[in-house]
Parts: sequence; structure tokens; C-alpha cells
Amino acid sequence: MKKLINSADSVVADALKGMAAAHPTLRIRDQVVYRADGPRRGKVGLVSGGGSGHEPLHAGFVGYGMLDAACPGEIFTSPVPDQIIEATKAVDGGAGVLHIVKNYTGDVLNFEMAAELVEDVEVASVLVDDDVAVQDSLYTAGRRGTGATLFVEKIAGALAEEGAPLDDVAAVAGAVDERSRSFGIALTSCTTPHAGKPTFDLPETDVELGIGIHGEPGRARVPMAPARELAATAMEAIHGDLPLQGDLLVMVNGMGGTPLMELYVVFAEVAAYVKGKGARVSRSLVGNYVTSLDMQGFSVTVCRLDDTLTRLWDAPVDTPGLRW
Amino acid sequence: MDTDLFVAWFEETARLVRRDRDRLTRLDAAIGDADHGTNLDRGLTEVRKALTEWPPESPVQVLTSAGTALIRRVGGASGPLYGSVFRQMGKALDSPVTLAGFSAAFDEGVVAVERLGKAAPGDKTMVDALAPASRALALAVRDGVGVREAFEQAARAAAEGARATIPMQARKGRASYLGERSIGHEDPGAASSALFMAALATVAS
Repeated sequence: MKKLINSADSVVADALKGMAAAHPTLRIRDQVVYRADGPRRGKVGLVSGGGSGHEPLHAGFVGYGMLDAACPGEIFTSPVPDQIIEATKAVDGGAGVLHIVKNYTGDVLNFEMAAELVEDVEVASVLVDDDVAVQDSLYTAGRRGTGATLFVEKIAGALAEEGAPLDDVAAVAGAVDERSRSFGIALTSCTTPHAGKPTFDLPETDVELGIGIHGEPGRARVPMAPARELAATAMEAIHGDLPLQGDLLVMVNGMGGTPLMELYVVFAEVAAYVKGKGARVSRSLVGNYVTSLDMQGFSVTVCRLDDTLTRLWDAPVDTPGLRW
Repeated sequence: MDTDLFVAWFEETARLVRRDRDRLTRLDAAIGDADHGTNLDRGLTEVRKALTEWPPESPVQVLTSAGTALIRRVGGASGPLYGSVFRQMGKALDSPVTLAGFSAAFDEGVVAVERLGKAAPGDKTMVDALAPASRALALAVRDGVGVREAFEQAARAAAEGARATIPMQARKGRASYLGERSIGHEDPGAASSALFMAALATVAS
């Protein structure tokens, strides 16, 4: 497969070089992306990170009202403790640092080790696990962190920007995770630069239900169907886990290789489904935000809002990937 | 067992992982995210670099240096998990190193990885190769066999353990997301653990 890269080994570093060149609001040092204007005295610092290949997550969400630093790992590979320790120390403005961690074995282990090793900084941590395709039981590594990560980073970032203490910022981050659910469907696998060919084979006639964001296969393979049916499948999985009610924040997220037009086709179906359940799409987001390289497909993430969460979602944000 | 043997262990493992990099990545593509071979190859390159830049003076230093490089420079789950095996083993190893001492320290390393990964035998993880290897070493010590044969038995037990993961349903790590669909594939972590043990048998012979 053709890829716009110089070499598979340098793709992460080369992309970061491009981000630094494109966005003077960012400062990039030792594979950590920082806000150029940080740290701010008395403000809780927000650090996230994870494997590369999900852009704009996480580095694209570094900036005013969201993250203070992001630690990108290799493609689909969590960052190492050294990166996280450096980021944590650098963004501490004396009010402590919140680690936002997606629930994957590697991310959890590396963030835990960093939190243990970092000295003189108060660290709290929130685990994002919103993917209803995975049963949360003794028999799995627990639910994956997917689309809700963006919601957590935006809303916790807004509260931190207001000057709230670490406990409050961690609490709102946890509340967003608890009130959010996601489900993803892939039309194709993705191709990592190293492998050069799709991670799994998916025939033209089939889709993969319940995929994560690393090109890993999902829980079931079913025949391709109209967008209406695929959207309903995703929404039923979400509604079955957390009934849709009241004001909702709804994201239809592209996996990286799907045209925006098709995402809007899906959003129309999702909105109709929400209305049918008597709930309301109060805030929305449509686009490629939590991606899986060049995978075609979408995920839906729903968060049950309250007045506080709505206010924090609406607060100004200025990052390369999200701005209003 | 001297410092050179421990250095040779990691160099031989690096060679085997480089040789089998694509196979490990293919195993990972089936039930994970297709990066195990690449990551471990990168990790062992870092281990070799660390062992060259700061030449270790004892087996304990080899294990600590290798474990630290794996934890600090690999990322993913395999870096911290393998790193913990060797760091813990280094902490538990008495000198001079005897087979009984090696076996006891290795077992502490395996216990550490079970604790860190919250994995037990049968979960379809690296533990399914490491735990049988540790048991084989303990039996070899009990039966009074030589170092070379003990390591060969451990390598065989690890390889059999890795193969035995094929019919298992994964309960830990990324493969667990697949539920029943993880059945029928060898676990890439168990496969790479078998390479570590195969390397040990090679350098002891």
C-alpha cells in the first residue's frame, strides 16, 4: 500500500516535526508535545498520551482549554514512562497533574510506572473505558478507551483552565467517562506503515462490528448494510448499556479513511435514533478525531450532559484539532 | 554462570527476535495490533545498546540494565512486562550464580509479571510460556541435572506452553477484546517468551 512517508521507522518523528512547523502554539521536545505558553502557575496540568496513529488524538488536542502535554508513542504503542515523567514535571504549575489514560494494558502500565517514579508532583489519574463492544468482566482486559477520551480531555481541560483544584478536575474527568459510551464499526482494516498491508482481511461484502482503534478485529463480522442499519446497530449497543435520555453530546467519529459526507449520512441516522428514544442531541461533533490510521468506518460516542458539563463543553478551546 | 553468559543470552534473544520479527508481528496481527515483533526487536536493540555503552560487571547488572532498557524504551505492554521479569530476577539473584539460584530468581521474575499483568496461567499470555519454563527449571534443580540440560528442558516447556495457547480464549491484553475469536491463534507474547528460553538453551550449550 502506498503511504506518504519517508520511512516506516521515522514516521512518528517526521509527523511531529510537521506539527511543530505548522503550529507555533506547540513546543515539541524529546517526543513530548507541550503548549508553548505553559506551564501556568496554579493551574492543574493535563497530560495524556498513547500510541500514534489516532491523530488528531492526543497531540492535536494540546492547547488552551484542553491538554498541557501529550506523549505520543510509536504507532499503536503506548509511550514510555520517561516521556510521561518529563511531561508531568514540565506541565506542573504547582497545582498537580492529571493523567488521562485510555484503558489498554500498555497505556495503563506505562502511566502507572511514570506516576510512581515522578517526584515532587501530585498526580491524579483517570481511566477512560467507554467502549461497550467489550464486556467489562474478569475475562477481558476491561473496556477500551476510545471516543470519550476527547470528551474527557475537553471538559476536564476547561475546568482546569478555570483554576479548579486537582480533585475537582479528576472528578469531572471521571464523571464524563462514567456518562459516556462508544461503539465502532469498520468497513476496512487499517495498514500500519511497518506492515504495509492491512492488519486483517475484510471482504467487500462484510463489516466488522465492535472494533477498537488499533486495527484489531472486532467481536463479530456481519454482512455490509445501509448506513441506517449500521448506525442503529451502534446505537442499540450504546442504548442497551446506558439508556439514552435527556441532553446528549453526540460524536460521529471517522476512523481516518471515511469521507465527511458519509459521516454526516451516519449522523442523520444517529440523530433520528436519539429522537426516537425521546432524548435530545444537545451538542454534536462530526469528523475524524479519534482515528485508526487509514481505517474506513465510524464510531459513535454519546455522553449524557448536565448543566456543568454543557458549560464546560462550550468553553473556549484553541488546539490544532479542536477550536471554538 | 558468569556475566558473559547473561550478556550472550540477551544477544542471542535479540538475534532470534530479529529472525522471527515478522512471524511475531503476524501472530499479533491475528489477535492484537500487529506490532509485537517490531516492538520487541526495537526493545532488544535498546538492550544491546545499553549493555555495550555501560558494560555490566555482574549477572545482576546485566539483568537490571536489560530490564530497565525494556521498561524505559519499548512502550506498549511488552516493554514493562518483560522489563519487570528481568529487573525482579536481578533483585533476587545471588552470586555466584548457581542453577538453583537462577531457577529461584527466574521464578520471582515470573511472579512479578503475573502480578503486574494480573495474568494467570490459561489467560493466553506470556505467562503460559514463562510459568512452565520456571517449573521445568525447578524440576531440573530437584533432579540434579546439569545447566545445559536444565535450560533445554525449560526451552522445551516454554515452546510447548506457547503452542498450548492456540486453543485458549484470551482473558488478558488486547486479544481479550476478541472473545471467542481469539481461539485458534498462538499468543504472540507466549511465542516471544519461548524465544527468550530458546536463546538461553543455545548460549548454555
